[in-house]
Amino acid sequence: MSMRNAPLVDHGGIASGGEMTTWQTLRRGLVLSPELRKGIGVTVLFAVLSTLGRILVPFVVQRTTDDGILAPGGADVDVVIRWVTVALAGVVVTALSAYFVNVRLFRASESGLATLRVKAFRHIHDLAMLTQSTERRGSLVSRVTSDVDTISMFVQFGGLMLMINLAQITLATVLMFIYSPVLALVVWACFVPLFIIIQKFQGIVGRAYTRVRERVGDMLGAISEAVVGAQAIRAYAVEDRTAERIDRTVEEHRRAAIGAQARSVLAFTSGQFVSGLTTAVVLVVGTVLAVNGRLTLGELLAFLFLVNLFTQPVQQATEILNEMQNAVAGWRRVIGIIDTPADVADPEDGIVLPRGPIRVAFEHVGFAYPGGEQVLHNVDLAIEPRSRVAIVGETGSGKSTLAKLLTRLMDPTTGRVLIDGTDLRRVSFASLRQRVVLVPQEGFLFDGTLLDNVRFGRPESTEQDVRLTLTELGLDGWLATLAQGLHTEVGQRGESLSAGERQLVALARAYLADPDLLVLDEATSAVDPSTEVRLQRALDSLTRGRTSIAIAHRLSTAEAADEVIVVDAGRVVERGHHSELVRRGGVYTGLHASWVAQQQAL
Amino acid sequence: MTTLPTRSSLRQGLSVVRRGVRDEPRWFALAVVGSAVYGVMTSMTAWAIGHVTDTAIAPAIEARHVTAGQLWYIGGTIALVVLATVVGVVGRRIAGGVAMYNLGARYRRLVTRQYLRLPLSWHHRHPSGQLLSNANADVEATWNVFAPLPMAIGVLVMLVFGVVQMVVVDPVLAIIGLTVFPMLFAANVAFQRAMSPRVTRAQQLRADVSEVAHESFEAALIVKSLGREDFETERFRHVTNELRNANIEVGRTRGRFDPAIEAIPTLGTLAVLVVGTMRVRGGQLSAAEVVQIAYLFSITAFPVRALGWVLAELPRAVVGWNRVAAVLEAQGAMGYGERSLPTGAASRLAAEGVSYAHEVVTESGELARNPTIRGVTIDVAAGSTVALVGPTGSGKSTLTELMMRLVDPDTGEVRIDGVDLREVRRGGVSEVAALVAQQTFMFDDTVRGNITLGADHQDDRVWAALRVAQGDSFVARLPHGLDTRVGERGGTLSGGQRQRIALARAVIRDPQLLVLDDATSAVDPSVEQAILAGLREASSGTTVLVVAYRMATILLADEVVYVEAGRVVDHGRHDELMARCAGYERLVTAYAREAAEREAIAADEEPAEDEGVRL
Repeated sequence: MSMRNAPLVDHGGIASGGEMTTWQTLRRGLVLSPELRKGIGVTVLFAVLSTLGRILVPFVVQRTTDDGILAPGGADVDVVIRWVTVALAGVVVTALSAYFVNVRLFRASESGLATLRVKAFRHIHDLAMLTQSTERRGSLVSRVTSDVDTISMFVQFGGLMLMINLAQITLATVLMFIYSPVLALVVWACFVPLFIIIQKFQGIVGRAYTRVRERVGDMLGAISEAVVGAQAIRAYAVEDRTAERIDRTVEEHRRAAIGAQARSVLAFTSGQFVSGLTTAVVLVVGTVLAVNGRLTLGELLAFLFLVNLFTQPVQQATEILNEMQNAVAGWRRVIGIIDTPADVADPEDGIVLPRGPIRVAFEHVGFAYPGGEQVLHNVDLAIEPRSRVAIVGETGSGKSTLAKLLTRLMDPTTGRVLIDGTDLRRVSFASLRQRVVLVPQEGFLFDGTLLDNVRFGRPESTEQDVRLTLTELGLDGWLATLAQGLHTEVGQRGESLSAGERQLVALARAYLADPDLLVLDEATSAVDPSTEVRLQRALDSLTRGRTSIAIAHRLSTAEAADEVIVVDAGRVVERGHHSELVRRGGVYTGLHASWVAQQQAL
Repeated sequence: MTTLPTRSSLRQGLSVVRRGVRDEPRWFALAVVGSAVYGVMTSMTAWAIGHVTDTAIAPAIEARHVTAGQLWYIGGTIALVVLATVVGVVGRRIAGGVAMYNLGARYRRLVTRQYLRLPLSWHHRHPSGQLLSNANADVEATWNVFAPLPMAIGVLVMLVFGVVQMVVVDPVLAIIGLTVFPMLFAANVAFQRAMSPRVTRAQQLRADVSEVAHESFEAALIVKSLGREDFETERFRHVTNELRNANIEVGRTRGRFDPAIEAIPTLGTLAVLVVGTMRVRGGQLSAAEVVQIAYLFSITAFPVRALGWVLAELPRAVVGWNRVAAVLEAQGAMGYGERSLPTGAASRLAAEGVSYAHEVVTESGELARNPTIRGVTIDVAAGSTVALVGPTGSGKSTLTELMMRLVDPDTGEVRIDGVDLREVRRGGVSEVAALVAQQTFMFDDTVRGNITLGADHQDDRVWAALRVAQGDSFVARLPHGLDTRVGERGGTLSGGQRQRIALARAVIRDPQLLVLDDATSAVDPSVEQAILAGLREASSGTTVLVVAYRMATILLADEVVYVEAGRVVDHGRHDELMARCAGYERLVTAYAREAAEREAIAADEEPAEDEGVRL
């Protein structure tokens, strides 16, 4: 039993990407989403153009003030109109280039992120943790949803704004130096402490938001109990207790969120505060300079626009850098998933095996979950083509592991598994999945019709094919009891059907896929005996000529098999025909005795 | 799901806002005050600069001399305004945040209370994913508008203040202001109108992407074993690309409006300069005044967009609120009576003429009622054990839910000790009865917590219950014994282990009525035997209704009720049913008959070997 939880305790296989620096993350991110780089040169060009246009305005204001309004001979309308015309041209250029920047950026970033999403999604399906740990699924979903969304806000807007801001800060600095090197130095002197504070705040704010995300997770966990556990909660009247738990997590989330908000507000306003103070200092120093004749009043006032031009992007950059923390963290997590090596990979130039009855062999196969106990010890097995084999054993004996190795959901840690003499690791996935199909105990159904669920493995099948399959399996009688027949909506996870019915669908689905080797892992555990026997018989006659392996929960399956393999504590301890094993007086004899005791009619 | 901010949606949006303000009046008021301070102070900045320019800087430059006092006056005035501005911002953003998060927490509590209050049949009708997003994303979407709202109100104050300043300085320039600001507002409204259907669509697609990912990952075993990864990836790529296109469409719309909205205040500034120059030339205005108003334009341009943010959030808030409200206003909570069930002895359970239909949504999206239970009458004598037997999909689990009053019958009634369950007070049924369902639910708690469910039980009682359920030895081997956390949904335990904890959960309550719905399906036959023996010993004062397939379980029963397609076909002792009920006989002897036939075949030297139908 402890074997089952071993991987969950210690299968920390997701590379979190935590060791990547921000810079590495951004670079790797650009490699994974090449669309982000495509045409970025032109986009930057437009961005620079639009920034230039923005800067033109204060320049014009200064010119207008100095040469126009404060002209020696009185206000000069012609000069003002000349400069205003220049500014108008600037506004038009700014607007047009800003439009192109927006459109190009959205297209590039959305395309890049769509690629990233799909890459991560495809890769997650290759990770064993998906099938081994039900707990991790939620966090894997967030890798292709919310984590990518946090990046999206940054790459759509933040990234480029950051570039524009930097350009604007540089330009503003240059212009400030042209106007008055002294005042420019004053502005920078005021901002240096801010940069230091920002660094500090970034860490604090980042940690605060990490806490919020954790609290969101707790809260969703608690709320989902009220939804998924609705039956248990009512059956045991623990509504109040559940409500208390939810309230606690909701309250903790509220506190964490407010805490993070307060911290980020303080970070943001420190920038605003410094900006404002800078204006004050500039006015004071500027007055002194102007009094000494080193600056005109117009230059001083225009300089204030430059300060504004400088502080605005600095403040915005502060917020973007905060956001970038989130984005980089999300990006890191997505990259972490994509860079986690697939436990079970499709071999390059994999061998395509011809179809036909399958011969299976286990050679010295051992298996242990990373950091867990040894689940299988040195298993040697040969299963002849066309034979029907039942694997039996107590819960936790390792019999399900055999099924997973056989279908290559996992690879053995030692030894090898062969079909038709070829190591499974060298067989192409497409060929393997076509030939070997597993029917697990919990046959997941998709939210859709019964029809679509049965033909999931073979979407090209017609309704007629599906009907025929169900009839062949002797399930036509059951189908007739469903009001909407094949068009019955099974609901989320198939919840509108009973557990037994879901197993029937899963079996029909695998059967329709027409594999050469069918592996049944307690696939009929919730089905009534009469239906199970009927299914068993149908499968027997229909799979004749193929190989079938059944992990058996009920020993009726073992009785019908050509050969029974008994697994105990990770080893094959007995094998042979049922009638032989019953008489042998070993593990199987005991299992069978308790089975018979259950079936005995008085 | 296209919600244009039409007049009615604007009205709906404002009513959501009103509700929020009513729930959090103090924090909201504080945020608005902060915002007003910020708004006034922002336009004061322009005024202050103009003021110190006129009264201190210009005279100093004129005189070619400046005193320390003048410098302090210049710096101090500006610094004071800045300080006040920052205080306003901090107040606005923190108080606004507190209001927003308080509202979120309040409505999350209200929504989840409803989840706990509404009957199971309601839950059956609503996908769990949807309910989770109602409590999370929809609540968030509803109150997100409170982030920009105080700012927008502050901006309104600022605009009024700015316009007043302009009017005071120069009415002609004020006219420009009075035209620019409405233009800005109109542009924003047009922008939001164009945006909101696109944003809503993107939002919907985002949910779709999440749904596909969720389902696909949950189905991982099936996807993998049938080799459908690429098919699934295509399915995911399809929704992802739709989302991408929708987002690009959002970007294009923004691209069209953003630059225009940004340009309007600049154009205003330029107009002020041209007109201002003429008026300076005419002697109606000073140069400093022109500069002051130009500056006012440049600093108000950005904050005015906050009005746009509010308009952008409103449609989302309305959509979110409508979903939240659907939960809050959901009717049909189970009514409860006043009566208590007798305690102290095994209960008698009776169903009379009970019918029940599941509501399902058909392919075409209509609501259909599928009759599951049809006129069932069962009488379970106090202290007896009754086995409920029937083929897969015959309605057994639904019957157990009816017996526990997890759902109410459409017709007929269920009684415990003669009391109609609908007349029993809240919590009264579960005080005497316990259900172990086919699919066990584990709380994210310790093993102990999952058994006691918060009740005060000594450890030895917990262990005793575990012993009956044959779970004591595996729990003893867990790293922290009873204090081991089982993880979300009991993820660290096997199916058989979860079933044993669920059994112990029922046993520890000493129920007068115990309903077992195929509750030992995931444990080995030998373990099941031991559990049944333990239950028999422990449950002398208990009435047991057990859904079973296994002969051994059935044989423990005093009586068997055989159901098919939601109807009781026959009931009586096992041997009676064996004799007269063909369906029952076929079902329970399926294995034995099969084994017998095999033996016969084996004895006959494989006569049927070559008759198998080949595909």
